[in-house]
Amino acid sequence: MLVIKGLTKYFAKNTPHEVLAINNFNLRVKKGDFITIIGSNGAGKSTLLNLIAGTLQPDQGEIRLDGKIITYQPEYQRARWIGRVFQNPLLGTAPYMSIEENLALSLKRKRRGLKLGLNKYLRKYFRSKLSELELGLEKDLTKKVGLLSGGQRQAMTMMMATMFKPKILLLDEHTAALDPESSKKIMKITKELVAERKGDLITLMVTHNMKQALEVGNRTVMMDRGYNIFDIQGEERKKIDINYLLNQFSKLRKQEYIEDRMVLG
Amino acid sequence: MTISLLLHALEQGLIFGIMVLGVFITYKILDFPDLTVDGSFPLGAAVVAKIIFSGGDPLWGTFLAIIAGSLAGIITGLLHTKLKLTNLLSGILTMTLLYSINLRIMGKPNIPLLGKETLLEEIKIHFPNISMNYLIPFFFLFLVIILKFILDLFFSTEIGLAIIATGDNEQMIRSLGTNTDMTKIIGLCLSNALVALSGAFFAQYSGFADVNMGLGTVVAGLASVIIGISIIRVPTIFWRTIAVVIGSLIYRFIMIIALRYGYRLGFKPGDLKLISVLLVVIALSIPIIKHKIDFITSFSLGRKDLQNNQEKEV
Repeated sequence: MLVIKGLTKYFAKNTPHEVLAINNFNLRVKKGDFITIIGSNGAGKSTLLNLIAGTLQPDQGEIRLDGKIITYQPEYQRARWIGRVFQNPLLGTAPYMSIEENLALSLKRKRRGLKLGLNKYLRKYFRSKLSELELGLEKDLTKKVGLLSGGQRQAMTMMMATMFKPKILLLDEHTAALDPESSKKIMKITKELVAERKGDLITLMVTHNMKQALEVGNRTVMMDRGYNIFDIQGEERKKIDINYLLNQFSKLRKQEYIEDRMVLG
Repeated sequence: MTISLLLHALEQGLIFGIMVLGVFITYKILDFPDLTVDGSFPLGAAVVAKIIFSGGDPLWGTFLAIIAGSLAGIITGLLHTKLKLTNLLSGILTMTLLYSINLRIMGKPNIPLLGKETLLEEIKIHFPNISMNYLIPFFFLFLVIILKFILDLFFSTEIGLAIIATGDNEQMIRSLGTNTDMTKIIGLCLSNALVALSGAFFAQYSGFADVNMGLGTVVAGLASVIIGISIIRVPTIFWRTIAVVIGSLIYRFIMIIALRYGYRLGFKPGDLKLISVLLVVIALSIPIIKHKIDFITSFSLGRKDLQNNQEKEV
């Protein structure tokens, strides 16, 4: 169970450029939930994921994971329970290191010691895991990751983010930077890897693709200016379609337009 | 050219090779241009010279030099990670403070070690049958090879891989559960320990420690690393640790030739630093110039493949 209560985050606080990125945000996520998060640019979607992962620290509010407060825990400690995939395929892997080294680094997330990082059991395990991706990556484990394509790297990152059995999986528009074919493939892998955990995992996926937002997962959250303005699941979610979501968006835009007119007179 | 000249270059290249292995760790693996080196090299020399001069055990002195070097690396690491100073500034600050520390340790700007009981003298006593000319290079070759294998092993452990990843993609390895402050400090600590060890051996080899002997260590280290890596281009730690030591040998060889025969071209001893900087610039620009030449010639040859060849160096 992931509980977010009253979460607030400012950027450039106490300066003329102050931005309120997350505004009194609340969310309760059950185990097994797969939430798709939508919202326009600057709505605070990525900031929210960064706060959950610990890359950023909030100004107010708290985050609890299974009853334990993790609000101010450093990112590297939370990484034991949190798998992440970024939008940029280059961010999730180390290009000058080999496939097997990248996988080994992601598998062990506790204190690292002077044990050898790789051995034949790990290699065997990696080979079998990689062959599930059906990208042929298992053929040469010593290949440098920098030589792989964006789609292959993102598939690897997906694998690295789930292989260690995390409690939370954070996906930040992880298919947005890929070509349609790779994007489809990554989405397929995502579904498979999440299904493998049989309801034991919390998944938050940010997406700009409205169709995807309703097709994937069991719950959809819409964010605007740091608020959680819209949160549906179950039967209610099955009834709505893309047009409904788009209407919601345009309503928001209209409101913004009116506010702008008020300010500009 | 004489054999003794070659042996000279070999000995110095190997002694400085230990330092170059240290510079390799920070510059190439951690992606941290560490200027501490200019201070930790004479630090190692100062510690060992002080202990030998006051009649202490040279082995103990060499060991303390390693400890002192690692402390210097830790200071730079703390300045960078905890106080968030840039990597260059952290190195400059530690390097500058070490100048005063080194003077304090030695008590005077220069300590002569001629006729004193150094580690090299002790080794000579153990192997009385072997000529000094060959014993010293063999000893250092042996030492460098051992250090090389220790480093290879270290960088295949869990911590070692995390350090490599810190230099490669810091954001990623932090999101994989590694405290990158820690990996940086460990890397700097290890690097400066090697540099101080190199300084300690250089003092015992050349028979003195001088507070100014560290000047230009960074550039010499960088030159060696760059020369080595541009000659042996296999991007694994195993080959790179070999490459940088070979780079160190080549660099020393060029320096000794320049020192011995440079006067014929009008060079003075003071021009050596200029030459070493030129070496760095040339070694760094070779791949770029080569790429430009390939690009230009590709048009006259109509070679499309070369025009699109964005050299991807992994």
